Amino acid sequence: MHYNSGDTAWILASSALVLFMTPGLAFFYGGMVRSKNVLGMLMQNYVVIGIVSIVWVFLTYSMSFGTDWGGYGIIGTLHFFGLAHMTQAVPGYTGASAQTIPPLVFVIFQMMFAVITPALITGSTADRLRFGPFVVFVLIWSIIVYAPVAHWVFSPTGWLFKLGAEDFAGGTVVHINAGAAGLAVAMVVGKRKGWPKEPMPPHNVPFVLLGAGILWFGWFGFNAGSALGANVLSANAFVNTNTATAAALLGWILVEKIRGGKSTTLGAASGAVAGLVAITPACGFVNVVGATIIGLAAGVICSLAISLKFKVRLDDALDVGGVHLVGGITGALLIGFFGTSTIGGVNGLFYGGGLALLGHQAIAVVVVGIYSFVVSWILAKIIDKTMGLRVKDDDELEGMDTSLHAESAYEFGGSLLRSLSGSGSSSAHLSVASKEEPIVSTRKIGEIL
Amino acid sequence: MKLIVAIVKPFKLEDVRNALSKADVKGMTVSEVQGYGRQSGHTEVYRGAEYQTQFVPKLKVEVVVSDEAATEIVDLMVEAARTDKIGDGKVWVVNVEDLVRVRTGERGADAL
Repeated sequence: MHYNSGDTAWILASSALVLFMTPGLAFFYGGMVRSKNVLGMLMQNYVVIGIVSIVWVFLTYSMSFGTDWGGYGIIGTLHFFGLAHMTQAVPGYTGASAQTIPPLVFVIFQMMFAVITPALITGSTADRLRFGPFVVFVLIWSIIVYAPVAHWVFSPTGWLFKLGAEDFAGGTVVHINAGAAGLAVAMVVGKRKGWPKEPMPPHNVPFVLLGAGILWFGWFGFNAGSALGANVLSANAFVNTNTATAAALLGWILVEKIRGGKSTTLGAASGAVAGLVAITPACGFVNVVGATIIGLAAGVICSLAISLKFKVRLDDALDVGGVHLVGGITGALLIGFFGTSTIGGVNGLFYGGGLALLGHQAIAVVVVGIYSFVVSWILAKIIDKTMGLRVKDDDELEGMDTSLHAESAYEFGGSLLRSLSGSGSSSAHLSVASKEEPIVSTRKIGEIL
Repeated sequence: MKLIVAIVKPFKLEDVRNALSKADVKGMTVSEVQGYGRQSGHTEVYRGAEYQTQFVPKLKVEVVVSDEAATEIVDLMVEAARTDKIGDGKVWVVNVEDLVRVRTGERGADAL
Protein backbone atom coordinates (compact mmCIF):
# COMPACT_ATOMS: atom_id res chain seq x y z
CA MET A 1 0.00 0.00 0.00
CA HIS A 2 1.38 3.39 -0.96
CA TYR A 3 0.55 6.33 1.26
CA ASN A 4 1.01 10.02 0.51
CA SER A 5 3.47 11.43 3.02
CA GLY A 6 2.21 15.02 2.64
CA ASP A 7 -1.35 13.96 3.38
CA THR A 8 -0.21 11.80 6.26
CA ALA A 9 1.82 14.60 7.80
CA TRP A 10 -1.05 17.05 7.58
CA ILE A 11 -3.57 14.66 9.17
CA LEU A 12 -1.17 13.80 11.99
CA ALA A 13 -0.70 17.52 12.64
CA SER A 14 -4.46 18.06 12.36
CA SER A 15 -5.06 15.35 14.95
CA ALA A 16 -2.90 17.26 17.42
CA LEU A 17 -4.71 20.50 16.53
CA VAL A 18 -8.10 18.90 17.20
CA LEU A 19 -6.95 17.41 20.49
CA PHE A 20 -5.94 20.92 21.60
CA MET A 21 -9.53 22.07 21.06
CA THR A 22 -10.75 20.18 24.12
CA PRO A 23 -8.51 22.03 26.61
CA GLY A 24 -9.45 25.17 24.64
CA LEU A 25 -13.10 24.36 25.16
CA ALA A 26 -12.36 23.78 28.85
CA PHE A 27 -11.06 27.35 29.13
CA PHE A 28 -13.89 28.73 26.99
CA TYR A 29 -16.36 27.15 29.39
CA GLY A 30 -14.20 27.49 32.51
CA GLY A 31 -14.07 31.26 32.16
CA MET A 32 -17.85 31.44 31.91
CA VAL A 33 -18.62 29.61 35.15
CA ARG A 34 -18.32 31.06 38.63
CA SER A 35 -14.89 30.89 40.26
CA LYS A 36 -15.96 28.13 42.66
CA ASN A 37 -16.72 25.78 39.75
CA VAL A 38 -13.85 26.41 37.33
CA LEU A 39 -11.83 23.33 38.25
CA GLY A 40 -14.94 21.19 38.10
CA MET A 41 -15.48 22.39 34.54
CA LEU A 42 -11.84 21.96 33.47
CA MET A 43 -11.77 18.53 35.06
CA GLN A 44 -14.90 17.33 33.24
CA ASN A 45 -13.33 18.28 29.93
CA TYR A 46 -9.98 16.77 30.79
CA VAL A 47 -11.37 13.46 31.98
CA VAL A 48 -13.32 13.14 28.73
CA ILE A 49 -9.96 13.03 26.90
CA GLY A 50 -8.99 10.17 29.20
CA ILE A 51 -12.18 8.16 28.85
CA VAL A 52 -12.82 8.54 25.14
CA SER A 53 -9.19 8.00 24.12
CA ILE A 54 -9.25 4.56 25.70
CA VAL A 55 -12.74 3.48 24.67
CA TRP A 56 -12.08 4.68 21.10
CA VAL A 57 -9.06 2.48 20.39
CA PHE A 58 -10.70 -0.58 21.90
CA LEU A 59 -14.31 -0.28 20.92
CA THR A 60 -15.93 2.80 19.43
CA TYR A 61 -13.57 3.31 16.48
CA SER A 62 -14.61 -0.08 15.20
CA MET A 63 -18.30 0.63 15.89
CA SER A 64 -18.03 3.96 14.02
CA PHE A 65 -15.86 3.05 11.05
CA GLY A 66 -15.69 -0.75 11.09
CA THR A 67 -17.19 -3.04 8.48
CA ASP A 68 -20.91 -2.35 8.40
CA TRP A 69 -22.92 -4.86 10.40
CA GLY A 70 -25.51 -6.58 8.17
CA GLY A 71 -25.40 -3.89 5.50
CA TYR A 72 -28.01 -1.68 7.21
CA GLY A 73 -25.69 1.26 7.68
CA ILE A 74 -26.57 1.39 11.39
CA ILE A 75 -23.40 0.33 13.19
CA GLY A 76 -19.94 -1.06 12.49
CA THR A 77 -18.80 -4.50 13.61
CA LEU A 78 -15.99 -5.14 16.07
CA HIS A 79 -13.60 -6.10 13.27
CA PHE A 80 -11.16 -3.35 14.34
CA PHE A 81 -11.60 -4.01 18.08
CA GLY A 82 -8.43 -3.01 19.90
CA LEU A 83 -7.07 -1.65 16.61
CA ALA A 84 -6.84 -5.08 15.02
CA HIS A 85 -6.50 -5.35 11.22
CA MET A 86 -4.92 -1.94 10.81
CA THR A 87 -3.32 -2.97 7.53
CA GLN A 88 -6.78 -3.13 5.92
CA ALA A 89 -8.27 -0.02 4.33
CA VAL A 90 -11.06 1.81 6.16
CA PRO A 91 -14.33 0.32 4.82
CA GLY A 92 -16.19 2.40 2.26
CA TYR A 93 -13.28 4.56 1.13
CA THR A 94 -12.81 3.15 -2.35
CA GLY A 95 -12.25 4.45 -5.85
CA ALA A 96 -11.98 8.23 -5.98
CA SER A 97 -12.43 8.53 -2.21
CA ALA A 98 -9.70 5.99 -1.39
CA GLN A 99 -7.68 7.20 1.56
CA THR A 100 -4.07 8.18 0.98
CA ILE A 101 -3.14 7.95 4.67
CA PRO A 102 -2.52 4.89 6.86
CA PRO A 103 -5.72 3.72 8.58
CA LEU A 104 -4.04 4.30 11.95
CA VAL A 105 -3.74 8.01 11.13
CA PHE A 106 -7.47 8.09 10.36
CA VAL A 107 -8.09 6.38 13.74
CA ILE A 108 -6.23 9.01 15.73
CA PHE A 109 -7.71 11.92 13.74
CA GLN A 110 -11.27 10.68 14.26
CA MET A 111 -10.55 9.98 17.92
CA MET A 112 -10.21 13.68 18.60
CA PHE A 113 -13.74 14.29 17.25
CA ALA A 114 -15.08 11.56 19.51
CA VAL A 115 -13.28 13.29 22.41
CA ILE A 116 -14.57 16.83 21.95
CA THR A 117 -18.19 15.87 21.29
CA PRO A 118 -19.12 14.70 24.81
CA ALA A 119 -16.90 17.49 26.19
CA LEU A 120 -19.23 20.02 24.54
CA ILE A 121 -22.14 18.70 26.63
CA THR A 122 -20.50 19.93 29.85
CA GLY A 123 -21.47 23.50 29.00
CA SER A 124 -25.17 22.76 29.31
CA THR A 125 -24.88 21.01 32.63
CA ALA A 126 -22.23 23.29 34.15
CA ASP A 127 -21.92 23.60 37.93
CA ARG A 128 -24.13 20.68 38.97
CA LEU A 129 -23.00 17.23 37.80
CA ARG A 130 -21.43 14.70 40.16
CA PHE A 131 -18.07 13.59 38.88
CA GLY A 132 -18.36 9.79 39.01
CA PRO A 133 -21.80 9.61 37.38
CA PHE A 134 -20.56 12.05 34.71
CA VAL A 135 -17.68 9.68 33.91
CA VAL A 136 -20.13 6.79 33.55
CA PHE A 137 -22.39 8.94 31.37
CA VAL A 138 -19.57 9.86 28.98
CA LEU A 139 -18.37 6.26 28.73
CA ILE A 140 -21.80 4.89 27.80
CA TRP A 141 -22.75 7.92 25.68
CA SER A 142 -19.65 7.43 23.51
CA ILE A 143 -20.77 3.88 22.82
CA ILE A 144 -24.52 4.21 22.33
CA VAL A 145 -24.79 7.75 20.91
CA TYR A 146 -21.53 8.93 19.36
CA ALA A 147 -20.50 5.66 17.68
CA PRO A 148 -23.78 4.99 15.84
CA VAL A 149 -24.22 8.64 14.78
CA ALA A 150 -20.63 8.80 13.50
CA HIS A 151 -21.27 5.58 11.58
CA TRP A 152 -24.49 6.86 10.00
CA VAL A 153 -23.04 10.19 8.86
CA PHE A 154 -19.24 9.91 8.56
CA SER A 155 -18.72 6.34 7.39
CA PRO A 156 -19.32 5.91 3.65
CA THR A 157 -21.15 2.71 4.62
CA GLY A 158 -23.55 4.57 6.97
CA TRP A 159 -27.18 5.04 5.96
CA LEU A 160 -27.27 8.86 6.13
CA PHE A 161 -24.02 9.09 4.16
CA LYS A 162 -25.43 6.78 1.50
CA LEU A 163 -28.67 8.77 1.48
CA GLY A 164 -26.63 11.80 0.40
CA ALA A 165 -26.56 13.89 3.57
CA GLU A 166 -23.39 15.99 3.64
CA ASP A 167 -21.38 16.69 6.78
CA PHE A 168 -17.83 17.66 6.00
CA ALA A 169 -16.39 17.86 9.52
CA GLY A 170 -19.13 17.16 12.03
CA GLY A 171 -21.98 19.68 12.07
CA THR A 172 -24.41 16.87 12.74
CA VAL A 173 -22.12 14.25 14.29
CA VAL A 174 -20.42 16.66 16.68
CA HIS A 175 -22.45 19.82 17.15
CA ILE A 176 -26.11 18.90 16.67
CA ASN A 177 -25.36 15.67 18.51
CA ALA A 178 -23.72 17.39 21.49
CA GLY A 179 -26.22 20.27 21.52
CA ALA A 180 -29.24 17.98 21.65
CA ALA A 181 -27.59 15.78 24.29
CA GLY A 182 -26.68 18.84 26.35
CA LEU A 183 -30.28 20.03 26.43
CA ALA A 184 -31.50 16.54 27.36
CA VAL A 185 -29.09 16.14 30.27
CA ALA A 186 -29.72 19.71 31.48
CA MET A 187 -33.42 18.84 31.50
CA VAL A 188 -32.81 15.72 33.60
CA VAL A 189 -30.53 17.36 36.20
CA GLY A 190 -32.60 20.52 36.46
CA LYS A 191 -31.54 24.13 36.76
CA ARG A 192 -28.73 25.52 38.86
CA LYS A 193 -29.80 26.73 42.30
CA GLY A 194 -30.92 30.32 41.98
CA TRP A 195 -31.17 30.38 38.17
CA PRO A 196 -32.37 32.58 36.54
CA LYS A 197 -32.95 35.05 39.40
CA GLU A 198 -29.49 35.01 40.91
CA PRO A 199 -26.74 36.55 38.77
CA MET A 200 -24.15 34.02 37.57
CA PRO A 201 -21.77 36.13 35.48
CA PRO A 202 -18.58 34.67 33.98
CA HIS A 203 -15.72 34.77 36.49
CA ASN A 204 -12.95 35.23 33.91
CA VAL A 205 -13.80 36.64 30.49
CA PRO A 206 -10.12 36.63 29.39
CA PHE A 207 -10.16 32.83 29.83
CA VAL A 208 -13.21 32.71 27.54
CA LEU A 209 -11.31 34.65 24.87
CA LEU A 210 -8.23 32.48 25.33
CA GLY A 211 -10.35 29.35 25.00
CA ALA A 212 -12.14 30.69 21.93
CA GLY A 213 -8.75 31.50 20.38
CA ILE A 214 -7.49 27.96 21.01
CA LEU A 215 -10.72 26.58 19.53
CA TRP A 216 -10.35 28.77 16.44
CA PHE A 217 -6.73 27.60 16.00
CA GLY A 218 -7.55 23.94 16.55
CA TRP A 219 -10.58 24.13 14.29
CA PHE A 220 -8.33 24.42 11.23
CA GLY A 221 -7.30 20.84 11.96
CA PHE A 222 -10.91 19.88 12.56
CA ASN A 223 -12.19 21.30 9.26
CA ALA A 224 -9.25 21.43 6.87
CA GLY A 225 -8.03 18.09 8.23
CA SER A 226 -11.39 16.55 7.33
CA ALA A 227 -10.30 16.70 3.69
CA LEU A 228 -8.07 13.79 4.78
CA GLY A 229 -5.32 15.24 2.63
CA ALA A 230 -3.19 18.32 2.02
CA ASN A 231 -4.79 19.58 -1.17
CA VAL A 232 -7.14 22.11 -2.78
CA LEU A 233 -10.11 20.79 -0.81
CA SER A 234 -8.34 21.25 2.53
CA ALA A 235 -7.32 24.76 1.45
CA ASN A 236 -10.94 25.58 0.64
CA ALA A 237 -12.04 24.22 4.00
CA PHE A 238 -9.35 26.28 5.74
CA VAL A 239 -10.29 29.54 4.02
CA ASN A 240 -14.02 28.95 4.49
CA THR A 241 -13.50 28.23 8.18
CA ASN A 242 -11.68 31.47 8.82
CA THR A 243 -14.04 33.53 6.66
CA ALA A 244 -17.22 32.22 8.28
CA THR A 245 -15.77 32.64 11.78
CA ALA A 246 -14.84 36.24 11.08
CA ALA A 247 -18.31 36.96 9.68
CA ALA A 248 -20.01 35.35 12.68
CA LEU A 249 -17.89 37.32 15.13
CA LEU A 250 -18.97 40.53 13.42
CA GLY A 251 -22.58 39.37 13.13
CA TRP A 252 -22.88 38.66 16.84
CA ILE A 253 -21.45 41.97 18.06
CA LEU A 254 -23.49 43.83 15.45
CA VAL A 255 -26.68 42.32 16.85
CA GLU A 256 -25.62 43.37 20.35
CA LYS A 257 -25.09 46.92 19.10
CA ILE A 258 -28.35 47.08 17.14
CA ARG A 259 -30.33 45.75 20.10
CA GLY A 260 -29.23 48.83 22.00
CA GLY A 261 -26.41 47.44 24.05
CA LYS A 262 -22.66 47.51 23.76
CA SER A 263 -20.55 45.14 21.71
CA THR A 264 -19.06 42.77 24.28
CA THR A 265 -15.90 40.67 24.38
CA LEU A 266 -17.96 37.67 25.44
CA GLY A 267 -20.17 38.32 22.41
CA ALA A 268 -17.15 38.40 20.09
CA ALA A 269 -15.88 35.08 21.46
CA SER A 270 -19.34 33.52 21.30
CA GLY A 271 -19.85 34.75 17.75
CA ALA A 272 -16.53 33.26 16.64
CA VAL A 273 -17.48 29.88 18.10
CA ALA A 274 -20.94 30.03 16.52
CA GLY A 275 -19.30 30.67 13.15
CA LEU A 276 -16.86 27.79 13.62
CA VAL A 277 -19.77 25.50 14.46
CA ALA A 278 -21.89 26.53 11.49
CA ILE A 279 -19.13 26.26 8.89
CA THR A 280 -18.05 22.83 10.17
CA PRO A 281 -20.49 20.75 8.11
CA ALA A 282 -20.21 23.09 5.12
CA CYS A 283 -16.54 24.02 4.82
CA GLY A 284 -15.74 21.51 2.07
CA PHE A 285 -18.95 22.05 0.09
CA VAL A 286 -19.39 25.82 -0.24
CA ASN A 287 -17.39 28.67 -1.75
CA VAL A 288 -16.28 31.78 0.06
CA VAL A 289 -19.59 33.59 -0.61
CA GLY A 290 -21.48 30.72 0.96
CA ALA A 291 -19.06 30.67 3.89
CA THR A 292 -19.51 34.40 4.54
CA ILE A 293 -23.30 34.13 4.52
CA ILE A 294 -23.31 30.99 6.67
CA GLY A 295 -21.01 32.69 9.19
CA LEU A 296 -23.00 35.90 9.31
CA ALA A 297 -26.25 33.95 9.64
CA ALA A 298 -24.81 31.88 12.48
CA GLY A 299 -23.62 34.96 14.36
CA VAL A 300 -27.00 36.64 14.09
CA ILE A 301 -29.20 33.57 14.66
CA CYS A 302 -27.19 32.16 17.57
CA SER A 303 -26.99 35.52 19.35
CA LEU A 304 -30.79 35.66 19.21
CA ALA A 305 -31.25 31.95 20.04
CA ILE A 306 -29.43 32.09 23.37
CA SER A 307 -32.25 34.04 25.02
CA LEU A 308 -34.74 31.24 24.26
CA LYS A 309 -33.59 29.30 27.31
CA PHE A 310 -35.13 31.96 29.55
CA LYS A 311 -38.46 31.57 27.76
CA VAL A 312 -38.55 27.79 28.03
CA ARG A 313 -37.01 27.82 31.53
CA LEU A 314 -34.30 25.33 30.64
CA ASP A 315 -30.98 26.09 32.29
CA ASP A 316 -28.63 25.41 29.38
CA ALA A 317 -25.94 27.10 31.45
CA LEU A 318 -23.38 28.06 28.80
CA ASP A 319 -25.68 27.98 25.76
CA VAL A 320 -24.63 24.72 24.15
CA GLY A 321 -28.13 24.53 22.65
CA GLY A 322 -28.08 28.13 21.47
CA VAL A 323 -24.61 27.94 19.95
CA HIS A 324 -23.87 24.32 18.99
CA LEU A 325 -27.32 22.91 18.26
CA VAL A 326 -28.64 26.04 16.54
CA GLY A 327 -25.29 26.80 14.86
CA GLY A 328 -24.97 23.20 13.69
CA ILE A 329 -28.49 23.20 12.26
CA THR A 330 -27.86 26.55 10.55
CA GLY A 331 -24.73 25.25 8.82
CA ALA A 332 -26.15 21.83 7.96
CA LEU A 333 -29.28 23.28 6.36
CA LEU A 334 -27.53 26.11 4.53
CA ILE A 335 -25.45 23.50 2.67
CA GLY A 336 -28.75 22.68 0.97
CA PHE A 337 -28.72 26.21 -0.49
CA PHE A 338 -25.02 27.03 -0.91
CA GLY A 339 -23.52 23.62 -1.69
CA THR A 340 -21.55 23.76 -4.93
CA SER A 341 -19.86 20.91 -6.76
CA THR A 342 -17.04 23.22 -7.82
CA ILE A 343 -15.73 22.89 -4.25
CA GLY A 344 -17.02 19.45 -3.30
CA GLY A 345 -20.15 17.35 -2.97
CA VAL A 346 -23.27 18.12 -5.00
CA ASN A 347 -25.03 21.34 -5.96
CA GLY A 348 -27.54 22.93 -3.58
CA LEU A 349 -30.61 24.98 -4.45
CA PHE A 350 -28.74 28.17 -5.42
CA TYR A 351 -26.40 26.29 -7.76
CA GLY A 352 -29.04 24.48 -9.74
CA GLY A 353 -29.18 21.33 -7.67
CA GLY A 354 -32.83 21.64 -6.69
CA LEU A 355 -34.19 20.72 -3.29
CA ALA A 356 -32.78 17.20 -3.04
CA LEU A 357 -29.70 18.15 -1.01
CA LEU A 358 -31.71 20.36 1.34
CA GLY A 359 -34.06 17.43 1.93
CA HIS A 360 -31.18 15.11 2.78
CA GLN A 361 -29.70 17.70 5.12
CA ALA A 362 -33.03 18.15 6.88
CA ILE A 363 -33.41 14.41 7.38
CA ALA A 364 -29.92 14.15 8.89
CA VAL A 365 -30.55 17.13 11.18
CA VAL A 366 -33.86 15.78 12.45
CA VAL A 367 -32.76 12.16 12.84
CA VAL A 368 -29.51 12.95 14.63
CA GLY A 369 -31.14 15.63 16.81
CA ILE A 370 -33.97 13.38 17.93
CA TYR A 371 -31.86 10.25 18.38
CA SER A 372 -29.27 12.11 20.44
CA PHE A 373 -31.87 13.92 22.55
CA VAL A 374 -33.96 10.83 23.31
CA VAL A 375 -31.12 8.40 24.05
CA SER A 376 -29.18 11.00 26.08
CA TRP A 377 -32.31 11.79 28.10
CA ILE A 378 -32.95 8.12 28.87
CA LEU A 379 -29.30 7.47 29.73
CA ALA A 380 -29.12 10.51 32.01
CA LYS A 381 -32.38 9.50 33.67
CA ILE A 382 -31.15 5.95 34.35
CA ILE A 383 -27.86 7.23 35.81
CA ASP A 384 -29.77 9.77 37.86
CA LYS A 385 -32.07 7.10 39.32
CA THR A 386 -29.29 4.63 40.05
CA MET A 387 -26.24 6.74 40.97
CA GLY A 388 -27.59 10.26 41.32
CA LEU A 389 -26.38 12.61 38.59
CA ARG A 390 -26.69 15.86 40.51
CA VAL A 391 -24.53 17.16 43.34
CA LYS A 392 -26.02 17.67 46.79
CA ASP A 393 -27.39 21.13 47.54
CA ASP A 394 -24.65 22.16 49.95
CA ASP A 395 -21.95 20.86 47.59
CA GLU A 396 -23.47 22.99 44.84
CA LEU A 397 -23.44 26.04 47.08
CA GLU A 398 -19.87 25.38 48.16
CA GLY A 399 -18.83 24.86 44.53
CA MET A 400 -17.54 21.85 42.66
CA ASP A 401 -13.85 22.68 43.08
CA THR A 402 -13.67 22.00 46.79
CA SER A 403 -16.66 19.69 47.17
CA LEU A 404 -15.83 17.32 44.28
CA HIS A 405 -12.09 17.71 43.79
CA ALA A 406 -10.72 19.02 47.11
CA GLU A 407 -8.94 21.88 45.35
CA SER A 408 -9.48 25.54 44.73
CA ALA A 409 -8.45 27.36 41.58
CA TYR A 410 -7.24 30.64 42.93
CA GLU A 411 -4.99 31.17 45.92
CA PHE A 412 -2.87 34.29 45.34
CA GLY A 413 -2.59 36.14 48.66
CA GLY A 414 -5.50 34.14 49.94
CA SER A 415 -3.28 31.22 50.85
CA LEU A 416 -1.32 33.37 53.27
CA LEU A 417 -4.51 34.65 54.87
CA ARG A 418 -5.84 31.13 55.05
CA SER A 419 -2.78 29.74 56.76
CA LEU A 420 -2.63 32.62 59.22
CA SER A 421 -6.32 33.12 59.93
CA GLY A 422 -8.24 31.51 62.74
CA SER A 423 -5.64 31.87 65.47
CA GLY A 424 -5.76 29.68 68.55
CA SER A 425 -7.76 26.52 68.56
CA SER A 426 -8.40 26.03 64.88
CA SER A 427 -4.81 26.54 63.75
CA ALA A 428 -3.61 24.33 66.58
CA HIS A 429 -6.12 21.75 65.46
CA LEU A 430 -4.82 22.06 61.92
CA SER A 431 -1.23 21.41 62.84
CA VAL A 432 -2.27 18.43 64.94
CA ALA A 433 -4.42 17.19 62.12
CA SER A 434 -1.61 17.45 59.59
CA LYS A 435 0.79 15.54 61.79
CA GLU A 436 -1.35 12.86 63.32
CA GLU A 437 -4.27 12.50 60.96
CA PRO A 438 -2.80 12.90 57.51
CA ILE A 439 -6.02 11.70 55.89
CA VAL A 440 -8.08 14.64 57.18
CA SER A 441 -10.14 15.89 54.26
CA THR A 442 -9.70 19.34 52.86
CA ARG A 443 -13.39 19.93 53.28
CA LYS A 444 -12.99 19.49 56.99
CA ILE A 445 -10.13 21.94 57.00
CA GLY A 446 -12.31 24.34 55.06
CA GLU A 447 -15.07 24.00 57.61
CA ILE A 448 -12.70 24.54 60.50
CA LEU A 449 -11.41 27.72 58.92
CA MET B 1 -2.44 62.73 65.08
CA LYS B 2 -5.23 62.01 62.64
CA LEU B 3 -6.00 59.04 60.47
CA ILE B 4 -7.42 60.13 57.14
CA VAL B 5 -9.45 57.47 55.37
CA ALA B 6 -10.44 58.14 51.78
CA ILE B 7 -12.63 55.97 49.56
CA VAL B 8 -11.85 56.97 45.99
CA LYS B 9 -12.37 55.87 42.43
CA PRO B 10 -9.59 53.43 41.46
CA PHE B 11 -8.35 55.51 38.54
CA LYS B 12 -7.89 58.55 40.82
CA LEU B 13 -5.25 56.83 42.95
CA GLU B 14 -2.35 58.34 41.03
CA ASP B 15 -3.73 61.88 41.47
CA VAL B 16 -4.25 61.32 45.19
CA ARG B 17 -0.76 59.93 45.56
CA ASN B 18 0.76 62.91 43.76
CA ALA B 19 -1.21 65.33 45.95
CA LEU B 20 -0.03 63.58 49.11
CA SER B 21 3.58 63.55 48.05
CA LYS B 22 3.40 67.30 47.30
CA ALA B 23 2.09 67.78 50.84
CA ASP B 24 5.15 65.84 52.07
CA VAL B 25 3.17 62.90 53.40
CA LYS B 26 5.72 60.10 53.69
CA GLY B 27 3.56 57.02 53.21
CA MET B 28 0.14 55.62 52.53
CA THR B 29 -1.76 52.35 52.69
CA VAL B 30 -4.06 51.34 49.86
CA SER B 31 -6.56 48.51 49.76
CA GLU B 32 -9.08 47.32 47.22
CA VAL B 33 -12.58 47.54 48.61
CA GLN B 34 -16.13 47.23 47.34
CA GLY B 35 -19.16 49.15 48.43
CA TYR B 36 -21.98 51.37 47.45
CA GLY B 37 -23.21 54.85 48.17
CA ARG B 38 -25.55 57.02 46.15
CA GLN B 39 -24.02 55.58 43.00
CA SER B 40 -25.44 52.19 44.08
CA GLY B 41 -24.35 49.49 41.59
CA HIS B 42 -23.96 49.25 37.86
CA THR B 43 -25.25 46.95 35.15
CA GLU B 44 -23.18 44.33 33.37
CA VAL B 45 -24.39 42.37 30.34
CA TYR B 46 -23.23 38.82 29.54
CA ARG B 47 -24.69 37.19 26.44
CA GLY B 48 -27.70 39.46 26.64
CA ALA B 49 -28.44 38.72 30.30
CA GLU B 50 -28.24 41.84 32.45
CA TYR B 51 -26.76 41.62 35.91
CA GLN B 52 -27.09 44.37 38.48
CA THR B 53 -23.80 44.67 40.33
CA GLN B 54 -24.55 45.63 43.93
CA PHE B 55 -21.08 46.77 44.92
CA VAL B 56 -18.71 48.99 43.03
CA PRO B 57 -14.93 48.51 43.28
CA LYS B 58 -13.16 51.39 45.04
CA LEU B 59 -9.80 52.01 46.64
CA LYS B 60 -9.39 52.84 50.30
CA VAL B 61 -6.44 55.13 51.03
CA GLU B 62 -5.27 55.51 54.62
CA VAL B 63 -2.70 58.00 55.88
CA VAL B 64 -1.73 59.12 59.38
CA VAL B 65 -0.78 62.83 59.62
CA SER B 66 -0.14 65.44 62.27
CA ASP B 67 -3.09 67.35 63.76
CA GLU B 68 -2.00 70.64 62.17
CA ALA B 69 -1.64 69.24 58.66
CA ALA B 70 -4.86 67.21 58.63
CA THR B 71 -7.30 69.79 57.29
CA GLU B 72 -5.04 70.90 54.47
CA ILE B 73 -4.26 67.32 53.44
CA VAL B 74 -7.93 66.36 53.45
CA ASP B 75 -8.63 69.29 51.13
CA LEU B 76 -5.81 68.23 48.81
CA MET B 77 -7.05 64.64 48.70
CA VAL B 78 -10.63 65.68 48.04
CA GLU B 79 -9.50 67.97 45.27
CA ALA B 80 -7.38 65.23 43.72
CA ALA B 81 -10.10 62.58 43.88
CA ARG B 82 -12.92 64.72 42.53
CA THR B 83 -14.43 64.14 39.10
CA ASP B 84 -17.74 65.93 39.88
CA LYS B 85 -19.61 62.76 39.00
CA ILE B 86 -21.61 60.49 41.25
CA GLY B 87 -19.50 57.84 42.99
CA ASP B 88 -16.47 60.04 43.76
CA GLY B 89 -16.30 58.57 47.25
CA LYS B 90 -15.83 59.92 50.79
CA VAL B 91 -13.06 61.10 53.06
CA TRP B 92 -13.22 60.99 56.83
CA VAL B 93 -10.85 61.78 59.68
CA VAL B 94 -10.45 60.00 63.00
CA ASN B 95 -8.25 60.66 66.02
CA VAL B 96 -5.23 58.45 66.49
CA GLU B 97 -4.18 57.75 70.09
CA ASP B 98 -0.69 56.51 69.48
CA LEU B 99 1.70 55.56 66.72
CA VAL B 100 4.86 53.44 66.78
CA ARG B 101 7.48 52.99 64.09
CA VAL B 102 8.19 49.28 64.27
CA ARG B 103 11.86 49.46 63.26
CA THR B 104 13.02 52.08 65.78
CA GLY B 105 10.34 52.09 68.43
CA GLU B 106 9.81 55.87 68.01
CA ARG B 107 6.38 56.97 69.27
CA GLY B 108 3.83 59.63 68.48
CA ALA B 109 4.56 62.42 66.01
CA ASP B 110 8.20 61.26 65.75
CA ALA B 111 6.99 58.09 64.08
CA LEU B 112 5.17 59.95 61.32
